[in-house]
Amino acid sequence: MTQRIKFYQTGTFTVGNRLLDAERRTVQATVDRSNSLTSGHRACQGCGEALGARYAVDAAMRAANGQVIAVNATGCLEVFSTPYPETSWQVPWFHSLFGNAPAVASGVAAAMRAKGRTDVRVIGQGGDGGTVDIGFGCLSGMFERNDDVLYLCYDNEAYMNTGVQRSGRTPPGARTATTPAVGNKPGAEFGQGKNPALIAMAHNIPYVATASIADLHDLEAKVTKAMAIEGSRYVHIHVPCPLGWGSLPRDTMRIARLAVESGLFPLFEAEHGEVTDVTPIRRKVPVDEYLKPQRRFAHLFRQPPDRESISAIQAIADRNIAKFGLLRQEGEV
Amino acid sequence: MSMPKRPFAITLDVGSSLANLTGSWRTERPVYVDRLPPCNAACPAGENIQGWLYHAEEGDYHAAWQVLMRDNPMPAVHGRVCYHPCEDSCNRRQLDEPVSIHAVERFLGDQAIRHGWKVECAPESGKRVLVVGAGPSGLAAAYHLRRMGHAAVIHDAGPLPGGMMRFGIPKYRLPRDVLDGEIRRIEEMGVEIRLNSKVENLVGLMNEGGFDAAFVAVGAHLARRVDIPARDAGKILDAANVLRGMETGAPPRLGRRVVIYGGGNTALDVARTAKRLGADEALIVYRRTREQMPAHDFEVEEALEEGVLVRWLSTIKRIDQTTFTVERMTLDATGWPQPTGEFETLEADTLILALGQDVDTSFMRAIPGVVFRKDGVVEVDRNMMTGHRGLFAGGDMVPSERTVTVAVGHGKRAARNIDAYLRGTTHEAPPKHEVVAFEMLNTWYYTDADKMVQPALDMIRRRTTFEEVTGGLDETNALFEARRCLSCGNCFECDNCYGVCPDNAVIKLGPGNRFRFNYDFCKGCGLCAAECPCGAIVMVPETI
Repeated sequence: MTQRIKFYQTGTFTVGNRLLDAERRTVQATVDRSNSLTSGHRACQGCGEALGARYAVDAAMRAANGQVIAVNATGCLEVFSTPYPETSWQVPWFHSLFGNAPAVASGVAAAMRAKGRTDVRVIGQGGDGGTVDIGFGCLSGMFERNDDVLYLCYDNEAYMNTGVQRSGRTPPGARTATTPAVGNKPGAEFGQGKNPALIAMAHNIPYVATASIADLHDLEAKVTKAMAIEGSRYVHIHVPCPLGWGSLPRDTMRIARLAVESGLFPLFEAEHGEVTDVTPIRRKVPVDEYLKPQRRFAHLFRQPPDRESISAIQAIADRNIAKFGLLRQEGEV
Repeated sequence: MSMPKRPFAITLDVGSSLANLTGSWRTERPVYVDRLPPCNAACPAGENIQGWLYHAEEGDYHAAWQVLMRDNPMPAVHGRVCYHPCEDSCNRRQLDEPVSIHAVERFLGDQAIRHGWKVECAPESGKRVLVVGAGPSGLAAAYHLRRMGHAAVIHDAGPLPGGMMRFGIPKYRLPRDVLDGEIRRIEEMGVEIRLNSKVENLVGLMNEGGFDAAFVAVGAHLARRVDIPARDAGKILDAANVLRGMETGAPPRLGRRVVIYGGGNTALDVARTAKRLGADEALIVYRRTREQMPAHDFEVEEALEEGVLVRWLSTIKRIDQTTFTVERMTLDATGWPQPTGEFETLEADTLILALGQDVDTSFMRAIPGVVFRKDGVVEVDRNMMTGHRGLFAGGDMVPSERTVTVAVGHGKRAARNIDAYLRGTTHEAPPKHEVVAFEMLNTWYYTDADKMVQPALDMIRRRTTFEEVTGGLDETNALFEARRCLSCGNCFECDNCYGVCPDNAVIKLGPGNRFRFNYDFCKGCGLCAAECPCGAIVMVPETI
């Protein structure tokens, strides 16, 4: 977690702040940020993933003095950034298959080691489908071998590129193309769930963190910290998808914020399998506030509202808050 | 003929997506705007409060003071005596508490006096303006005219400049070194103040002195009286004369028990003054209730703290030497006080009437074109000009709310119009921007921060001395307080738009130069507008 700045009008909450010392401002506030993912890409209006990728890769670029190679899984990020023959990437960038990005990234890291290029750092990246479902075997292998790769997962909670199909990260109750809002139990099932950050921790790798585009200072601090560590590192970034979630493009940040503030997306970091820090909730909100602006949850709020499902989702948030200690205790600063 | 060497099935060179102008997707475009902060909209002196707080936030107090001085020549005075309608309308009120604008203004004003900061004047225009009255309005008009390069000469009937700031506001609210400091600065700019110089023949003086225009702001000094049946009435004084006597070295003898009749700020000022002069008992008699009292609530509160007593819903019916017969009143359905027929008596040595003041504009009666209301108040048009060309008027003697800040605002408005008149044109104020409502802000981004509290003098000294009751903020607290400003409707370069654009379509122009949209790539998602903390971006539909 970043050091909170006590009081400078907007403190640490805005992207920049003219009242802060330059070194305490974000990479995104600088005019010389690398814009790793530059203009002209074909992501939808208000795309959270495009934002998350630029935030994370720019921070990695800053940390590695611009010496970064990126390996990308198949997915929205790959498709919208590289329609032949154009590319939006301003970093060396590699795409192979949907499920093998971690393995390819391991290979690139091995090649750099063989060439003695200790200055070049490798990042692997993909969406939740390519990472959490299809590429998970390769990712687990990469973790187990502790290959020197930072893997970034941009989690928009479904297969958006192919038309919003359910993934292992689709939250219970959400409508997708494959979990329609029909029948007695509309939307995705209330099942067991899959938390890749916790699974990554189970590999005892040096660094695991969750981040959100809603907290840029926190996200950049985590990527920067990860870049200073050798071995396998995993950062899981929550990126709302206006198209798949049925939200307004202008609400992307707000929805990302509400996911954090409701407790549905806990922000924490872990080293060698142990949680070392959490980002506390600033203004707690009930899950309704997060769910309502998204059409994928609209069926929960028909008349009469599906209080049972909403309560079950609230219970998930409450469990996260208790498990990670997301509410600051009275008197704590 | 040789083919270029390409890998199999590759026919096109790799290019950048910068060739793909995604701006064509847009149906709405973001546009940077400057809206009117509610504080600025509410300020009777027309201060750019958000503008000077912006500099104060950076710790650049001199720049902040310079912006402030464009509109108000006396910040140290106003930081003390203005009733700050700006704070009543501050959007931060809906978040926690309003920004303590007056406290920062006072800090800036005091800094300027301490460091001897000066303002620049335009080159001499060769025009001369006569100002009648050295009160807040006259001083402000002379100051602004001087800054525009005109010569300004003030005539005042009194022995000292300042008008009601000196003869109406007690020292414990406005220390005289502060008032003198700010008036001296105006004089040092070249404004000439002629004291003990009552103007009788205005037009004659203008002709003699070669003046091109005149601004009259003589205030309202005539105390209103009331008929109370009295037999061998004791001592009856006017509040205005009591307060004036405090300044001219002739403090009145009030006796042990003082009754004050009235419910305005002056009634409270004179009651608190009586306490400080040693009266055992200062009792305000007011015919309506506390809620209906025209005095400001904080003044009532401070007076009560100091031991001033108030008898609500009462009128004085009869005076018999030191015995006052008081009738209890009751409010009727319309909230108007009605007599009840219940009488009580109380004992007092002195009665002070604080029933308001009227204007004395008789010296202007003979001037052709000037229009008077029944109570002597002079009519002016929206340019502050009377019916006589070249003769302007402002302050308490024209129809308006009677406060120092309103008077200073009149002085500024009159100066701008006189300047235009001297150049043979008419001043047109630029159209006002839309006022920022709380809903236009994204307050998530502002840090929680409670208001800084100004220190207060201890109670014993408040009851016995004329030392200033309310203290100022120190530098640390003033800086903190300035930074509580939300900068409503005006970009403060937080970089949010630059950071949250998924398409890199915001160009950062560097400190002080804000940002520009790159409409070649802006898809019109509206994230920048939604995440702008201060409401300085609007989405405008594209035309087809």
